[in-house]
Amino acid sequence: MNSQMMSDKEQMQQAFLEEAGDLLPELEAALLELDNAPSEPELINRVFRALHTIKGSGSMFGFEEVADFTHEVENAFELVRCGEMAVSKELLDLTFRAKDQIQLMLQDSAAKDSQGVQEILESVRELLPVKKQEAGESPKQEKQSQTSRENLAYRIRFKPDQNILAMGTDPMMLLDELRELGQAYVIAHSEDIPALEKLDPEKCFVWWDVILITTQGKNAIHDVFIFVEEDSELSIQIVDHVSGYGQEEGYRKLGEILTERGDLSRQDLEAALGSQKRVGELLVQAGLVSRTQVESALAEQQTMRRVQEDCSKDVSASSVRVPALKLDELVNLVGELVIAQSKLSRMVGDDGNMALRSIAEEIERLSDELRDNTLGIRMLPIGSSFGKFRRVVRDLCSQKGKEIELVTEGADTELDKTVIERINDPLVHLLRNSIDHGIESPEERAKLGKPRQGTITFSAAQSGGNVILTISDDGRGMDSERIKAKALEKGIISQGDELGQRELLNLIFQPGFSTSTEISDISGRGVGMDVVRKNISALRGSVDAESIPGEGSTIRISLPLTLAIIDGLQVRVGEQHFIIPLSVVGECIELEGNAQRGEANWDFVRLRDQLIPYISLRKFFEVQGEAGSIEQVVVVDTGEKLMGLVVDEVLGQQQTVIKNLSRVYQHIREVSGATILGDGSIALILDVSRLGEMAAG
Amino acid sequence: MGKTIMTVDDSSSVRQMVSFTLKDAGYSVVEAADGKDALQKLQGQVDMIITDLNMPNMDGIELIKNVRATSGYKFIPIVMLTTESQDEKKQEGKKAGASGWIVKPFKPPQILSVVQKLLK
Repeated sequence: MNSQMMSDKEQMQQAFLEEAGDLLPELEAALLELDNAPSEPELINRVFRALHTIKGSGSMFGFEEVADFTHEVENAFELVRCGEMAVSKELLDLTFRAKDQIQLMLQDSAAKDSQGVQEILESVRELLPVKKQEAGESPKQEKQSQTSRENLAYRIRFKPDQNILAMGTDPMMLLDELRELGQAYVIAHSEDIPALEKLDPEKCFVWWDVILITTQGKNAIHDVFIFVEEDSELSIQIVDHVSGYGQEEGYRKLGEILTERGDLSRQDLEAALGSQKRVGELLVQAGLVSRTQVESALAEQQTMRRVQEDCSKDVSASSVRVPALKLDELVNLVGELVIAQSKLSRMVGDDGNMALRSIAEEIERLSDELRDNTLGIRMLPIGSSFGKFRRVVRDLCSQKGKEIELVTEGADTELDKTVIERINDPLVHLLRNSIDHGIESPEERAKLGKPRQGTITFSAAQSGGNVILTISDDGRGMDSERIKAKALEKGIISQGDELGQRELLNLIFQPGFSTSTEISDISGRGVGMDVVRKNISALRGSVDAESIPGEGSTIRISLPLTLAIIDGLQVRVGEQHFIIPLSVVGECIELEGNAQRGEANWDFVRLRDQLIPYISLRKFFEVQGEAGSIEQVVVVDTGEKLMGLVVDEVLGQQQTVIKNLSRVYQHIREVSGATILGDGSIALILDVSRLGEMAAG
Repeated sequence: MGKTIMTVDDSSSVRQMVSFTLKDAGYSVVEAADGKDALQKLQGQVDMIITDLNMPNMDGIELIKNVRATSGYKFIPIVMLTTESQDEKKQEGKKAGASGWIVKPFKPPQILSVVQKLLK
């Protein structure tokens, strides 16, 4: 489909070029004739039409520069057409030049920057009688704001123009469209339909009251009526926030609804209320409102009462506020349960008792479900952080004199609340980087032919067990040559290193790296990006940069959905057990016969044709006793390099419930937490990237 | 049942674009180069017309008036293509009986959304 569209696009562009090839000589011919008869309206029209088509089609087929340029020349002829300006020698000369310029621009897109364009435009502008240049500019369309998720009830009164059918619009379709927006309750008013002998079947005499309950904003409702709004009587009022709270007495009384709708005045209502019959009856009898009006108001009353009942049922069933602390406690308990359950499974596994085993299996299944559900509760939509980001962008923009719009996508994407809390700072840092280094100043952007306002897009999406966050800007992008030069200068890479484009860009995450020549008070000290990466690694996530020079950069972050439970590889060194997060494990090999002594702290192990540095966990953690005759190496990826961890035995994959270490042990950086094993003993969870740093340092 | 839409524009590239977009979405398309051409081709099944306003021979406004006076096409949706600066023309078009408008320049999804709005 997409490639199909592409070839369609090319085909259409070709069609436009061919058409322009016809239009330009036509423009020239018309101009020549106009030179002889400067006030001939048909000739003026011909010129205008040619310009108009070139402009209109140009911008539709991706020839924006041509369109912008032609637009201004067309403006001049628009004035001529309206009689506000006369065809002068200068104007004709300029239009001839403009025609040549357009031809150049179509043949060779490089011509768009040429001086000629500016010269011609300036001269054209000088010719214009008043400041009309901006008249035709289209107002910047606002990005569609996020629709509120709240259910609102709208009271819509739609009285179409009687001729609506003759305009090719079927009012029933409009009502159908309303129904697509949410729950709609339609009440038709037929009181304006004349007697049969006077009835014109081509006219529409019916009008409608609609109660619409929808999460879409008022604009979405206006959009339904966009083509008929001007000719119809249309009112859209918010009746109520539909919620179960604070509406103990049910919906408004009939009299109130009628007065609110403007069908009845407050005085008349009060006077009528003096007597004791039903309000509706009384009002109709008194001739104050029609029976249909009362029925319509009654329908609203009933509808709203029903909706509120539904909602209060929903609300009480669907959400409860719980302190976060209780949730953490629950997760802890579930963790304990998972551990206890694995003890049970281990016991039963050794025993041959079938009945006991089936109970153990049932408990295993239940605890798995319980675990998934509990972790699900801790998930929060990332949208909760968006407000903060907007603020950062806004503040920095005014501070730096930049114009930037933050577009956010995927506000609903859920992440563990701890992850959200801990990813906030790195994200803000990345945003600041984009604002400070990525997006150019409005003047610079204008010079480059980009819109003055830069755009930063922040999007979140789930992909398997991970959430992918991307921050992309349409700024100047990263210069890989400069990055390379800087990295060489800082000694991060050496002259002989061959790095791909991607590897070059990712050098920015190395400690001590910064390409920005001037240091601003926001970023540029070169401490930021490596900290960002470290924080993200601590969440067992990864980060990656992409960039197209001149068009912008994209930073992609991948994060695990949850922190509380991970898949781990359990290994043994002596009597000690360790857990290595499975996400960083590449493979396991035997040390025997592959080892080589290296320099300093590092020994190397041969993995196929590659030498990989390794450390012995036995040495590193000073585990007592001697290693057995066969040791194994777990090859892990620290994000920067491959590294081997030598252990006595690889025990296998295991669901690991992460427990934080107490404050006393928080300074031990190479360990990110602990877990309790099935037999009740404790295993430390290794933070592999830090372990690598410690061993190297 | 497939619906048929007529696209009327003196610019062949705009016609092609509209036509591509609509055919891609499963509609049948009749192309006409101006109002006169459109009226000649107006026969059989035509469920909707998308017309430019500025055209030689017969402009869009005249075309709308004529279509509205042709039996069988009195109530079909007619969409006019306008530009931002043509507000007066838009009013004129509406008076003549246009059902809606699309502001030029437009992109394929915009045409589709208007077509789907008016043609169900």
